[in-house]
Amino acid sequence: MSLLELDGLVLRHGLLEAVQGVSLEMAEGEVLALIGANGAGKTTLLRGIAGAHRPTSGSIVFDGVEVTRTPAHERVRAGIALVPEGRRLFAGLTVEENLLVATSRVRRGGWDVESVLEALPLLKPLRHRRAGTLSGGEQQATAIGRALVTNPRLLLIDELSLGLSPAAVDLVYAALRSVIGDGMAVLLVDQDFTRAAGISDRLVCMLEGRFVLEGKGSELTRDEITRAYFGLRGHGATAA
Amino acid sequence: MTWVNDIVQGILLGGYYGIIACGLALMFGVMRIINLAHGDIAVLGAFLIYLLLEHWHTSPFVALLPVLPVMLVLGYLLQRLILQRSLRSGVLTPLLATFGISIVIQNVLEQSFGPDVQSLGGDTGSLVTAAWRINSDVSIGALSALIFVAAILIYAALQFFLSRTSAGRRMRAAAEDPDTAELVGIDAPAVYARATAIAVGIATLGGLALALRTTFSSYAGPDQLIFAFEAVVIGGLGASLWGALLGGIVLGIAQTIGAQLNPEWSVISGHIVFLVVLLSPRGGLLTFRTGGGTGPRFAAGRRLLTRPRATS
Repeated sequence: MSLLELDGLVLRHGLLEAVQGVSLEMAEGEVLALIGANGAGKTTLLRGIAGAHRPTSGSIVFDGVEVTRTPAHERVRAGIALVPEGRRLFAGLTVEENLLVATSRVRRGGWDVESVLEALPLLKPLRHRRAGTLSGGEQQATAIGRALVTNPRLLLIDELSLGLSPAAVDLVYAALRSVIGDGMAVLLVDQDFTRAAGISDRLVCMLEGRFVLEGKGSELTRDEITRAYFGLRGHGATAA
Repeated sequence: MTWVNDIVQGILLGGYYGIIACGLALMFGVMRIINLAHGDIAVLGAFLIYLLLEHWHTSPFVALLPVLPVMLVLGYLLQRLILQRSLRSGVLTPLLATFGISIVIQNVLEQSFGPDVQSLGGDTGSLVTAAWRINSDVSIGALSALIFVAAILIYAALQFFLSRTSAGRRMRAAAEDPDTAELVGIDAPAVYARATAIAVGIATLGGLALALRTTFSSYAGPDQLIFAFEAVVIGGLGASLWGALLGGIVLGIAQTIGAQLNPEWSVISGHIVFLVVLLSPRGGLLTFRTGGGTGPRFAAGRRLLTRPRATS
């Protein structure tokens, strides 16, 4: 049985249909990279799965239970965690407090504040610093940690490397690699699709609210991905 | 030396304003709701205590014990049933909702208790008249001192709750960003309801303080709201928890010194200090702390305008 099943999911922003009837299955422990241009609907889709955006139609089944109308905080308890775009840390709280607030009512599991700080050692010396004073990479690591302490079975990560320096990107990818495992599925959105494809088992490309390409990262050619990404047709497109 | 006495009395009076302002600051800090019914809620609490005292001849402090849980539940329901819904439609709707609640409370109180002015001061025995004489000019009233100490304890307890307990941390997280709080498993509406319950509970303590130190009537709420609001603004609009108490003390000192200059200037001198602080470039005594500091802070008032929005 798959861990996550989306069936004909439609998500709207007012009149704009940002996600237009998307269906997807993810297995336990699978790492899936979701790529696509700005405005393709990736963030909306992730927020829809996490419960922060209410679907217009379609269904979301998680671990065999329909959660389409379940509020976000209850989905966290079921095992879905989102690392939101732009980190969205609680800036006035310390790193440790950011992790602690996420532990209040969640699944029991292998992760707690101490084991997250072990797994993300760069956070250890920062634990009593206010999150608002951290660098972008440190904030992203904290945001990943904050999602991990909820012991997710499905970790959604939105724009992992956006706005980070190249060194910080290396850092957060290394951090992500070190925490993937134990059957936790990951749905990763990133602009840097070579890196995203490198860490994932499968790659899905989204264009204007729909999935247009799907396959193993190693089997898809760069040309195929580029055409799907920009929505180009035919062979002349390679010049782009 | 009368100045020393004025300042001492002003500080003590500030304790009362601090208690009245505390719940208002809490609701503004956590939910950005300006509760225009805050003063009326305090007066409602005072009337419930008055009601109990009519039937049981006991101390107002004993009568507070059953009233407090009732008010906490009322606060919880107020948020759950009215304010939470109104929050969905922008910042103006909760303001109008609390304005309506204010009018309802005033009219219900007038229907139930009539227009007479009441006081609970007589029910406390010697507490109202007892005083410590420090020297020929300065004396400290037992009741004023009690209210001031209660104010310090209330703020200290709230600080402890917000910074040291997990429910307090969740409240700070939900205050900063309710959307993201939901994404880490926090039931933000439930946290908001708890914050309102606490605010209404503290307002009840303020109502008791009001009823003990002076008189109150069905329409006493709006005056208390103005003092509370001035204390919150002088203290920096929820930028710091203790700011509201400090604002209350500044307001209290301004009023006692104003009264010393001319008995008619008491309230107006408080208003003038409020306006001066409001018009000053920093706009509040403690707003400079928004960039740093160590105490638990609510979201700064300015964040009202730059609150993070959901991205597409």
